[in-house]
Amino acid sequence: CLSLSESTTHRIICTAHYTWGRNCSSAVMPRITSHYTIFPRDKDPRWEGVEMERFADEADVVIVGGGPAGLSAAIRLKQLAKEQEKELRVCLVEKASQIGAHTLSGACLEPSALNELFPDWKERGAPLNTPVTEDLFSILTEKYRIPVPMLPGLPMNNHGNYIVRLGHFVHWLGEQAEELGVEIYPGYAAAEVLFHEDGSVKGIATNDVGIAKDGSPKDVFERGMELHAKVTLFGEGCHGHLAKQLYRQFNLRENCEPQTYAIGLKELWVIDEKKWRPGRVEHSVGWPLNRNTYGGSFLYHLNEGEPLVALGFVVGLDYTNPYLSPFREFQRWKHHPFVAKTLEGGDRIAYGARALNEGGYQCLPKVTFPGGMLIGCSPGFMNVPKIKGTHTAMKSGMLAAEAIFPKVTAEDPASETAGLHIPEYEDNLKKSWIWKELYAVRNIRPSFHNYFGLYGGMIYTGVFYWILRGKEPWTLKHAGLDSAQLKPAKECTPIEYPKPDGKLSFDLLSSVALSGTNHEGDQPPHLTLKDDSIPVANNLAIYDGPEQRFCPAGVYEYVPLETGEGMRLQINAQNCVHCKTCDIKDPSQNINWVVPEGSGGPAYNGL
Amino acid sequence: MSPASVFVCLSLTLLSDYPVIRVKPDHSGVVTDGVKHSMNPFCEIAVEEAVKLKEKKFIKEVVAVSCGPTQVTETIRTALAMGCDRGIHVEVSGKDYEAMGPLQIAKIFAALAKKEEASLVILGKQAIDDDCNQTGQMTAALLDWPQGTFASEVTIDGEKVKVVREIDGGLETIKISMPAVLTADLRLNTPRYATLPNIMKAKKKKIANMKPADLGVDMVSRVEVLRVDEPPTRLAGVKVETVDDLVAKLKANGTI
Repeated sequence: CLSLSESTTHRIICTAHYTWGRNCSSAVMPRITSHYTIFPRDKDPRWEGVEMERFADEADVVIVGGGPAGLSAAIRLKQLAKEQEKELRVCLVEKASQIGAHTLSGACLEPSALNELFPDWKERGAPLNTPVTEDLFSILTEKYRIPVPMLPGLPMNNHGNYIVRLGHFVHWLGEQAEELGVEIYPGYAAAEVLFHEDGSVKGIATNDVGIAKDGSPKDVFERGMELHAKVTLFGEGCHGHLAKQLYRQFNLRENCEPQTYAIGLKELWVIDEKKWRPGRVEHSVGWPLNRNTYGGSFLYHLNEGEPLVALGFVVGLDYTNPYLSPFREFQRWKHHPFVAKTLEGGDRIAYGARALNEGGYQCLPKVTFPGGMLIGCSPGFMNVPKIKGTHTAMKSGMLAAEAIFPKVTAEDPASETAGLHIPEYEDNLKKSWIWKELYAVRNIRPSFHNYFGLYGGMIYTGVFYWILRGKEPWTLKHAGLDSAQLKPAKECTPIEYPKPDGKLSFDLLSSVALSGTNHEGDQPPHLTLKDDSIPVANNLAIYDGPEQRFCPAGVYEYVPLETGEGMRLQINAQNCVHCKTCDIKDPSQNINWVVPEGSGGPAYNGL
Repeated sequence: MSPASVFVCLSLTLLSDYPVIRVKPDHSGVVTDGVKHSMNPFCEIAVEEAVKLKEKKFIKEVVAVSCGPTQVTETIRTALAMGCDRGIHVEVSGKDYEAMGPLQIAKIFAALAKKEEASLVILGKQAIDDDCNQTGQMTAALLDWPQGTFASEVTIDGEKVKVVREIDGGLETIKISMPAVLTADLRLNTPRYATLPNIMKAKKKKIANMKPADLGVDMVSRVEVLRVDEPPTRLAGVKVETVDDLVAKLKANGTI
């Protein structure tokens, strides 16, 4: 199965670059990228004679991604099948080694979607053990804290919600899905979208294994497998790599704004029991970010037997200063007296990071196309001021299932294309509470783009959301692509971050160790560069290499060349925690994150 | 006469060196809830060797065996996906599982090997969570069979097995008669990937269930874990300027 036309021209350019680049650059720059998505194997002499045939299997529905959206869709499909006594084969592939291992979120779960999916979730043992009892909001200055009352009706109010460890919740959803008969395959990543002759989506192919770091086949090379389906659901989470391809393929973003994102970093701490307040939710804005950089913190006290707190920091990726390091902002925030007093004497036991959507209503693409649909954080249903996206992701999965079910079980689907096109899903979304919710809060995030930054945004929220409930007739725009927001380094001031003290704040590498991340070492780096020369020529020269600072895992390093003067980019692909920030924020948009061999990546336990 | 069946004995361990392990608050062990468990890497090598021997037609059937709770069936399925013919799951859970050590496992494997009339029992040399390196040797002793441990090369020669062993001084080659017990070391082979189509096919292969009592094995442990602690944090080093300084410091802290 071929990946379609855009790659043909791309392939020719790439092949030319491959031969030219090899001759030209071997004297100066060692080659970085060796992945077959940049250097196709059919033109590569090392792959001559290698068996590239793939085993194929058929299912009714294939779901990419075992997160809240994918699992809710799978569960809903099987629930409908049981109700109506119909047979349905649902297969779900997930790149993590087990369901929940790549899941990271605050999280305060609003149980609305869960109540619809499993009204008896409590009897089934869903791990919602911590109802929210206290809700605090602060504006921080360097030394002080200004409390902001959490009035009912404000989007951040958490009454009725639960603090959860989303990884554990997702793991529980996975167990429910398996009980209902969903075939779940963790450890297998969807690497390629497959197309019918008529251009509709046919399914996906899982990743190949056994390719060496330089791109050549190893003895243990095995081709991935093809999973064909009547309709394929893509639930890859924020900024999925297959979704990126689908947007281009089917022009799904022609009527919406480009998505805007934030990066969220999180840690789990076991604290001193005397400081533990189970059920308490704390949020802050302000210090250490300046008023023009969107972001803030969360600190949730869990109630699961031991004094555990989940805390973290979010920075909007539309920041302009290339010297900003979201990781180091997070670490220095912990030294604020109000935060430090909770953490003092405690132990950090986990760390992780993930990009999240901030675009909301204005950035929703078309979500259906022939043969497939997008669900969850991939198109992006997060309610930004509430900082919740799990309930809407689950609901989107359920709505997708409800739209699909009659079509895939029908005797004659009456479809124009081989892969089913089911626009009813989009109609269902527009009639649902997801749409109403996202519409009501649509202007809050863009309202931060004003001279007063954070304070302007808060005033806007107070007036238009709290009083008018988002009924104002206008819709504000976002600032544009996050990657285009960076100012050149010479126009900005470097930020002096304090050194980590090893008790409250820590260095990057010991943090990455706590994410449990690892990858098979001998494989092509999955952070692929369209052009190996651009990092030094553009990112380093103009922006002082911002990827060294925005990557929360230390993947990107500019190191001196072994021979003579100059720097080169070193990619430590094994550290990657699959957050997708680099693909989003790279000012040259030269980095293309693709999926590594399945099972690689972080090993989050209830994050 | 070619050997009939080979047993591969598997171990379910905490995922190799990179997950975050912490000690339980009551110091009775490490936290295992929610931590990814998978097949012990040395057992993967053992499975690969057994499957290779079958492919070379030295043996007829490979049986994958493991002891533990229900999670262990996933590990057996991976072995089946790599090419084993059938599996046996010996159910041990709860307190028995926490107390289970190499001796109990060896007794189970020995009883099974006798019952199924195996010709070869292949294990990984040690589990990476407890690093005991005892099960293979104990199994051989209980069966009174010869053992070829730390194997980095295995060749079947009629009724005998030639094993090249990795030892401290280098490599030792021995020839032992079958039935025998072998334990796999790192360089024996590179295990194949369990591909998704094989995982799907493995769902149709049989896994038999049994309990230690069915084999007449008592699971009572003769080892009691008193306490588990984290290793002490490494102290910073001290730099000295001259040799005299070094000698003075070593004298001062009683080393010399």
